[in-house]
Amino acid sequence: MEVNEMSVKQQEFLKGRQKHRTIVSVFRVLILLLFFILWEISSATGLIDSFIFSSPSKIVRCFWNMVCDRSIFLHVGVTVYETIVSFLLVIFIALLCAVLLWFSPKLSEIMEPYLVVLNSLPKSALAPLLIVWLGATQTTIIVSGMSVAIFGSILSLYTSFHTVDQEKIKLIYTLHGTKFHALTKVVIPHSIPAIISNMKVNIGLCLVGVIIGEFLAARNGLGYLIIYSSQVFKLDWLLMAIVLLCILAMFLYACINLLEKLYLGKRHS
Amino acid sequence: METILEFQNVSYAYHTLDGETPALSHISFSVKKGEFIAIVGPSGCGKSTLLSLIAGLLQPEEGQILIHGKSVELRNANIGYMLQKDHLFEWRSIYRNIILGLEIQHKLNNHTKEKANELLATYGLQNFAKAKPSELSGGMRQRAALIRTLVLDPDLLLLDEPFSALDYQTRLTVGDDIGQIIRKEKKTAILVTHDLSEAVSLGDRVIVLSARPASIQQTIPLHFDMQEDTPLLRRNTPEFKTYFNLVWRELNGSE
Repeated sequence: MEVNEMSVKQQEFLKGRQKHRTIVSVFRVLILLLFFILWEISSATGLIDSFIFSSPSKIVRCFWNMVCDRSIFLHVGVTVYETIVSFLLVIFIALLCAVLLWFSPKLSEIMEPYLVVLNSLPKSALAPLLIVWLGATQTTIIVSGMSVAIFGSILSLYTSFHTVDQEKIKLIYTLHGTKFHALTKVVIPHSIPAIISNMKVNIGLCLVGVIIGEFLAARNGLGYLIIYSSQVFKLDWLLMAIVLLCILAMFLYACINLLEKLYLGKRHS
Repeated sequence: METILEFQNVSYAYHTLDGETPALSHISFSVKKGEFIAIVGPSGCGKSTLLSLIAGLLQPEEGQILIHGKSVELRNANIGYMLQKDHLFEWRSIYRNIILGLEIQHKLNNHTKEKANELLATYGLQNFAKAKPSELSGGMRQRAALIRTLVLDPDLLLLDEPFSALDYQTRLTVGDDIGQIIRKEKKTAILVTHDLSEAVSLGDRVIVLSARPASIQQTIPLHFDMQEDTPLLRRNTPEFKTYFNLVWRELNGSE
């Protein structure tokens, strides 16, 4: 609709929405700025101990130093690499398992209690075991990343496969299709939104698992940086690593969001 | 006329842990080529079960179902089935929804694609070939669902209350529409419905089922003395009322 065709009420409504959006974004930025400013001031004036609490300026300086000696790229790169590998493996294996379970109701009934137990098990308990089994290698870290996400992922994909309207599956059979057709023509396309939202959860969980793994079995990576700096009391490093983790988590999530937008755009065109 | 479908003393029961629920009991009837049979019965009497048996989705526990004189084998009997809802897939365009059956049966070739386009054009959907199902009205969606079935060129068309998801007014026009399409394509059809006026306006013959377990209560042949026999025009004739009352009495007598 053209602007001049809009009624006064409609224009008022749109203006109201615009104002609402502006307020939300301004306050979001404001909170962040306020937090950093307060932190900086209180550490500069000695209100908090800058040795323990560090300060935004020290963190930035520390970051810049590590950029200059290039070590930061190694740590971030290693963590990103491990997270993405474990994420991709989780998606692939979880989809495969969910499909198998969907194909065989017997198998899914047999496996259900095991999946439930493995899903509720705190995965950090597995990490020391993985080190013994697989050694202090990158494989351990990747497996540790996978272990956090995989069981929940299988369960939620399997559940979403089961929310498909049974009548739609009946339609496939009335068109003389097989169970395989039901999978490829109905179940998978129907579950794509669920698969994407599952990916959004998994990317974060994989990062959690990778950091746990790095705590115990790494020579580099952000998790290693955190553990190492806490042991040598370099709190600037530690807090910088945490800030980087925040940014990294946001970035990875944004990537999946972009993927979703691309997919939805394609579906609606 | 050639007999397409024959039910010989067919019985079927559902089994659950709580026990056995007989759905159909000793049903026998036959359908000739080009006939339009309407089956009515009290709700939950096993009407849909009957269609699932014909389509081969379920196997009879007793008796036989013959199609072209041969026992029903799901994979080779050419039967079209129209469900209560259109079940068009939102992730496919109308055209790609219509060729779903062809795709599944590996019959997608230039000849069948042309046929799909012809059917779309004949029934006024050619401009919507690329549209999403949600952009179509309820009646148009039902047409698209019918074309999805017709493009497979079925010998026998099963209609499981295909208009029940529509509002009353749309239901009358779509019923008229679909009825005329089926006549025009000279298809043999079996319609299951709980709407008596729908059964009388569409069928050549009405089969009245009893309450569960369903058996055949009565078969009522319909004759309308009309120049132009369409479902909507039938509703205005004096015979319509007579047949309606006849079916009504049969149904209520069975309860």
